[in-house]
Amino acid sequence: MTPTYYLLLSALLFTIGAVGVLVRRNAIVVFMCVELMLNAVNLSLVTFARINGSLNGQIMAFFVMVVAAAEVVVGLAIIMSIFRTRRTASVDDSNLLKY
Amino acid sequence: MTNPTSVSSAGSWLLAALLLLPLLGAVVVVALRGNDGTAKAAALGFSVVEFVLGLVAWFRFEPSGARLQQSFSFDWIPSFGVHISFAVDGIALVMIAVIGLLVPLVIGAGWADKLPEGRSKGGFFALILLEQALTVGVFAATDVFLFYVLFEIMLIPMYFLIGSYGGQRRQYAAVKFFLYSFLGGLIMLASVIGCYVMAGNELGKGTFDWATLVQVVHDAPLSTQIWLFFGFFIAFAVKAPLVPLHTWLPDATAEAPIGVAVLLVGILDKVGTFGFLRYLLPMFPDASRKLAPLVLVLAVAGIIYGAMLATGQRDMKRFLAYVSIAHFGFIALGIFAFSSQSLTGSVTYMVNHSIATGMLILVVGMVIARGGSTRVADYGGMAKLTPVLAALFLIAGLSSLSLPGTSSFVSEFLVLVGSFPNAPVYTIIGTVGMIFAALYVLWLYQRVMQGPLRGNALVGAAGGPGTMVDPEVGAKRAIGDLSGREKLVLAPLVLLIVGLGIFPKPVLDIVTPAVNATMCQAALVDPVQAVQSGERQLQCR
Amino acid sequence: MTGTINLAAAEVQQASGVANAAWLLLVLPAFGAVVLLLGGRRTDKWGHLLGIATVVAAFVYGLILFFSTTSLDAAARTRDLHLFDWIPVNSLNVEFGLRLDPLSLTFVLLITGVGSLIHIYSVGYMSDDRDRRRFFAYLNLFVAAMLLLVLGNGFVTLYFGWEGVGLASYLLIGWYQGKDFAATAAKKAFLMNRVGDVGLALAIFLMFKNMGSTQYDVVFAQIGHQSTGVIVSIGILLLLGACGKSGQFPLQAWLPDAMAGPTPVSALIHAATMVTAGVYLIARSSPLYSLAQAADARLVVMIIGAITLVLGCVIGCAYDDFKKVLAYSTVSQIGYMIVAVGLGPAGYALGILHLLTHGFFKAGLFLGAGSVMHGMNDEGDIRRLGGLAKKMPITFVTWTLGYLALIGFPFLSGYFSKDAIIEAALAEGGTRGWVFGGIALLGAGLTAFYMTRLLILVFLGKPRWENLKSADGRAYHPHESGPTMTVPMIILAIGSVAAGGILSGMLPEWLEPAVGKLQEEHGPLSATVVSILTVVISAIGAGIAFALFGRGEQPVARPERVSFPVRAARADLYGNHLNEALFARPGVWLTRFLVFVDNRGVDGLVNGIAAGLGGSSGRLRRLQTGFVRSYALSMLGGSILVIAALLMVRFA
Repeated sequence: MTPTYYLLLSALLFTIGAVGVLVRRNAIVVFMCVELMLNAVNLSLVTFARINGSLNGQIMAFFVMVVAAAEVVVGLAIIMSIFRTRRTASVDDSNLLKY
Repeated sequence: MTNPTSVSSAGSWLLAALLLLPLLGAVVVVALRGNDGTAKAAALGFSVVEFVLGLVAWFRFEPSGARLQQSFSFDWIPSFGVHISFAVDGIALVMIAVIGLLVPLVIGAGWADKLPEGRSKGGFFALILLEQALTVGVFAATDVFLFYVLFEIMLIPMYFLIGSYGGQRRQYAAVKFFLYSFLGGLIMLASVIGCYVMAGNELGKGTFDWATLVQVVHDAPLSTQIWLFFGFFIAFAVKAPLVPLHTWLPDATAEAPIGVAVLLVGILDKVGTFGFLRYLLPMFPDASRKLAPLVLVLAVAGIIYGAMLATGQRDMKRFLAYVSIAHFGFIALGIFAFSSQSLTGSVTYMVNHSIATGMLILVVGMVIARGGSTRVADYGGMAKLTPVLAALFLIAGLSSLSLPGTSSFVSEFLVLVGSFPNAPVYTIIGTVGMIFAALYVLWLYQRVMQGPLRGNALVGAAGGPGTMVDPEVGAKRAIGDLSGREKLVLAPLVLLIVGLGIFPKPVLDIVTPAVNATMCQAALVDPVQAVQSGERQLQCR
Repeated sequence: MTGTINLAAAEVQQASGVANAAWLLLVLPAFGAVVLLLGGRRTDKWGHLLGIATVVAAFVYGLILFFSTTSLDAAARTRDLHLFDWIPVNSLNVEFGLRLDPLSLTFVLLITGVGSLIHIYSVGYMSDDRDRRRFFAYLNLFVAAMLLLVLGNGFVTLYFGWEGVGLASYLLIGWYQGKDFAATAAKKAFLMNRVGDVGLALAIFLMFKNMGSTQYDVVFAQIGHQSTGVIVSIGILLLLGACGKSGQFPLQAWLPDAMAGPTPVSALIHAATMVTAGVYLIARSSPLYSLAQAADARLVVMIIGAITLVLGCVIGCAYDDFKKVLAYSTVSQIGYMIVAVGLGPAGYALGILHLLTHGFFKAGLFLGAGSVMHGMNDEGDIRRLGGLAKKMPITFVTWTLGYLALIGFPFLSGYFSKDAIIEAALAEGGTRGWVFGGIALLGAGLTAFYMTRLLILVFLGKPRWENLKSADGRAYHPHESGPTMTVPMIILAIGSVAAGGILSGMLPEWLEPAVGKLQEEHGPLSATVVSILTVVISAIGAGIAFALFGRGEQPVARPERVSFPVRAARADLYGNHLNEALFARPGVWLTRFLVFVDNRGVDGLVNGIAAGLGGSSGRLRRLQTGFVRSYALSMLGGSILVIAALLMVRFA
């Protein structure tokens, strides 16, 4: 088994996530896509750790998970409050923060 | 001839006191700002004590002693070799003395000024005292990094003095002033760091110590010197205003309160020409020589351009700014003509310009305070109403046009006579500038003081149209001659103008050794040697 | 013509004895001025007395000094009094010191003597002015500055006095400062003088550059070793200075305007003393001008003098203003002096001689004019005067004596001094002699013409003023002036009669230590012939004037349909027009243009950069749309760019 496939899978997941962030309007979906990208990165980190025979990558993956969890908490809270005030979860509708 | 970088620390407490006292004063005055009367008295008290300290420092200074005296120093940022170190040479000393003289007068002149809504006298005077402390520091700093820091910090109180206490377009003027000077300063910072790196390469450890840097940078290749030169030069040329970097000055002078205009033109701008002498010539002698024609062209252009524009102004305060631009042309001419006479002339010009133009600004301020307008066209025939004010106006004006017998003559003569052997063409053009000087001064005097009584500011004071008051009688009722306080403010200036015009030796004796040391550092030789004997010749060790 | 080089420098002695107090000459009048200016209204009562006392005291001291000097050997008469080092900087040392020699002492006596008389005259003349005290302060200031000018022992002290008298002149011309024309005239005088001062200043710079000093002793000792170029340049630059102060072509236009000041000022400053400073300067610099290398400079001096001489006469013939005619007369008489000193060793003493006699009679003429105007509601238009001889007998007699002296009536002052100049000019020899001699002769004829015209129109003929009123609506009541005014006039009239005869014999020898020996050269015509010729030509001039103006009624209104020469002369031979067209108007245009350039160009550039930065950041701001997905896209794009750049660097 070569690690290459894991890397290809990671790239694929990352691309799906990136495209999802760019094309979807629903904040929840965008949020899930961001999570997908994070997990794609986690996958490649673990793969590289395996290739190099060190644990550094795996430790980094744990870090990412922790950060992702924190992000979910804050992010979902923001989305919730936006939804409550504006009755929509579309990212294109909340564009007040501009020039 | 003493070593041009020798240092003596005798009397360092004096310099420390000169630096700290105005700071302390600023704090005290801010604390007292609730009550105008006490705040004013405290500010005046501190400034007078500072002036007396300045005098003591003057008399403690030994002209034939070490180059830098009353010095003290301690570490500030050891890892970069930055020190807080101060000392004075003859040039810095006379400038510090002038600051000490002007600040009490400015406080006296601003005693009864009306400030914009919501501003207190205490805050105003505290800022002036703070500015005083910082300018004393700029002139006395002997660590180049410290100099840079003070050079920039100095802008902050001035920014508030113009921006908070000035005229109609004060915000615009203050921002313009700040940006211009700050930008120049940043360019200088690049050069300061360049010098530090060079010292690092040369000595193994970087330093900002002026005396060390002079010896290190001095021998750098010409191309390096030219780059470093430009960094400093632009900062100083903005500050001194050399044409074409001058346009902030008319706006700043026009919008600043009168006293602040005096400090701006009389002291802050001198930092630029002081920088020419203290940093450019000793640190970059080859570049200075190479680029002298450029500076001379700018200087002479400033003399003529400033004078012509002064004649064309309709606003008295802008007029003052352009007059100063012409005068700064003379100072720069003297510095870059490279003879001990012209350099001494330039230093004394710095002093005398502060006194003479400072007086002119104060007098114009008194005119404006009476008429309530800064437009020249609003005045005419004022001498009839205020003969004493007119006489003092004329004295200040004559000093501005360098009439012999006023102190400005001594300096202008020295600048020109010293510049002539090295730069004859520029000197001839500069000398023609004397005619323009007479033109703009007498033009303003005639418009404001002579002729029949006219102008909205004066005739309008009679009580507006429709009243049957004879304009002369009516105007006299509203417009009085100088008060005792105003006379007291101007009297010391008149005394100095005449006194130093007839007996300038005390100043020359202090300045000449420092100038000689600068000449030696820049490896310059006087073009004209003494005829009679060798004893008057400049000899470097 | 090669003059002996007079190295006065070698013979300078230190002052001693009574001469040690020579600083009193400066301090006395200056003290008076300071007290009067600072004292203000408190000194109104006795201010004029203090003014007179200080100047008379200076005169008395001057006399003592004079007699103590005459008792010395000729070689010991040149003395220096060092007061203090004024501007010492390394190799430059400008001393503040006094040079006491026959030349300066002669001037001291002239200045303080005539000055005292005019001070006394002013007491009466200015009695109605509430600021009389200030007037005396200014006169004292003038006397002090003028004494410094002639007494200084270097060119810088001379320059100090030079500009000092310029200031006093400015203040006094602008005395009636409520009137615009007076203020403008004062400004004009100061400015045109400044033009000359630039010449003097540049000459001083040249001296320092080439000789390392500006003191007389060093400069005159070294000047012989300089190149011809330097000598001629200094000579011509000094002349430019002299032109400014002495109202010589092309800087003559200020002097007639200067008549806007009170009449005693015109007499003291703009006739007798200050305007002759140019002559003093050239005579003082005689060691320079006497050098053979300075021949070109001397020629320029003579040409300027000759042009001015004719110009002053011609314009003087056409003017109708009493004082302005006298002013142009002054211009032309100084032209004579300048021609004389331009002759070199053959003329210095003659120039000074004419300067002294002119000081007497022209001061007298001006005081007479002042007396007339004082009695005639300040009327200065000679067409509105006439027949005043009977009303003002003393004024008439003293004025006529001055007039006769000026036109060179035999054996009065002008006869000795002016004839000598004409004779010396002719003696130059060759074409040059004939040209300058001829011009000087022509000038004598013209002088007689315009002065006679003045005499007839003012004192003789019908009283044209009887049916007129002055500008302020009062009728004319001519009367003789009081004794404070007539006594000085009488004294000056005596001087006009006698000074020439007395001085012409002694002066050349007395001045020898300062300006060198008077070299009398004999020209194509003998002295007697020249004298007769001059008198005849003057008589012709006077005769023509009598023929034209002596008979019949003169119109009160000025005839407007006149020939071109008269029109030109009335317009100052277009001198003012020329100044206006060449300097004033282009200057105004240039100034306006520069103000525009500074506001729109230089400052516009600065504000333009600021506006450009502000504007472009305004545009850039628009990129922040607020759409999160567009930000995400740009982040992606940015990441791709960074990665591409990394790969490029890696594999390129």
